[in-house]
Amino acid sequence: MSTMRVLPAGDRALLVELGSGEEAEAFHAELLRRRARGTLPAVREIVPAARTVLLDGLDDPARFAKGLADWEIPALVSGAGSTVELPVRYDGPDLAAVAELWGVPAGEVGRIHARTPFRVAFCGFAPGFGYLTGLAERYAVPRRSTPRTAVPAGAVALAGAYTGVYPRSSPGGWQLIGSTDAVLWDHARVPAALLTPGTRVRFVPEEG
Amino acid sequence: MTDRAFAVVRAGALTSVQDRGRPGHAHLGVPRSGALDEPARDLANRLVGNPLGAAVLETTLSGCAVRPRCAVTVAVTGAPCRVTVDGRPAAWGAPVRVAAGAVLDVGSAADGVRSYLAFAGGVACEPVLGSRSTDLLSGLGPAPLTHGTVLPLGPVAGPPVYADAVPWQGPPRELVLRAGPGPRTDWFTARALRTLVTAVYRVSPAGNRIGLRTEGPPLERAVDGELPSEGMVLGAVQVPPDGRPVVFLADHPTTGGYPVIAVVKERDLAAAAQAAPGTPLRFVLTERR
Repeated sequence: MSTMRVLPAGDRALLVELGSGEEAEAFHAELLRRRARGTLPAVREIVPAARTVLLDGLDDPARFAKGLADWEIPALVSGAGSTVELPVRYDGPDLAAVAELWGVPAGEVGRIHARTPFRVAFCGFAPGFGYLTGLAERYAVPRRSTPRTAVPAGAVALAGAYTGVYPRSSPGGWQLIGSTDAVLWDHARVPAALLTPGTRVRFVPEEG
Repeated sequence: MTDRAFAVVRAGALTSVQDRGRPGHAHLGVPRSGALDEPARDLANRLVGNPLGAAVLETTLSGCAVRPRCAVTVAVTGAPCRVTVDGRPAAWGAPVRVAAGAVLDVGSAADGVRSYLAFAGGVACEPVLGSRSTDLLSGLGPAPLTHGTVLPLGPVAGPPVYADAVPWQGPPRELVLRAGPGPRTDWFTARALRTLVTAVYRVSPAGNRIGLRTEGPPLERAVDGELPSEGMVLGAVQVPPDGRPVVFLADHPTTGGYPVIAVVKERDLAAAAQAAPGTPLRFVLTERR
């Protein structure tokens, strides 16, 4: 992968920047494969994000960075990983605004969204909040100019080309297109997060 | 009342339960959390005979008061303060035996910000993802203490340690944070890098467990535009749109979209936790890219 850049992030960490979101997901998948095989040096955190993967808690980041040059990273296999189906009602207060941005009738937003296969690219913002990729770039929408002070738990929302589901009520600036009753985060459950990086996601509209 | 628990009589400005936090879950959006002044937390635990992973109370500026329901050995470390038991002066930085029903008062910080109160047996509330720490960013762990909160204590692990003197550096008159390069140092102008290491910043009162905020000259960016979200480390010096650097502390978000100009050495963060608002602050870059 010629586009890989290794950036400093403190005495025990590296930020590896890839050329695209897909490459970052492929690199992240390779890190998890190596860790499962026991060939990855000890590392406390592996944090994927939009175009980067952070490795934190490495004993010798410089040595790890040197070794990366020899890595061969297979492209992401579509269809790999487990699939989570989220029941959804496309009833969000920003549905009309999103429809206008997309240039489609309001009823079409849910249909387009529900037929899109998603993948959890990374988590952040709140425990269990996944940034889901899958929507084409032409469906990217801006954040709301004024964030809401309280977005309800289970709200299905868009920002950029990402889809996210609020695990609990919190302030938020994403455009709300729907809602789900799925429990995204339950710290008494193992695993606590329903959506973990690499998980495939389908939104399934509820009948009625 | 002989159950192993204590009740909160005076919660103080912000008192929370803290241990070593919950590292290893950042990929799920879970901050590390844990005590901000780790050496002070460890010392408090050692003094009462606890294993170092035991949970303690972390106070903020104004201390707290508790009434144990059982006789218990406690120790207060971190920011120096007046310690009393039922109004009588007791030792700071040493094991103190508190009788059942007595009121232990951890006074306002005479110096520094955060005092640590350890109980023999540790605070034994239910762990979340392996930690009892209160995480102010994501709301995991027990809520900050309020008047009347009752928290359980664990079984005593070992005898207290009677030390003649405990090491305490004292809160910094001037906070000097040594830092290495950050992943986005090149997003800033050469002038911004000079400003970062030559300007005297001040610790802002707006800081919290998420980040130490600063007052001082803004840092000018060389690259405009939005940075796609990326993983953030403890000690990251993130520069938001107002240009004033923020040093990420234990409850920092796991990903962020503002560029990180430098990363503060982890061993300097305990001093950062004890730097009161208004303390002069200098950054020292230990290496160049």
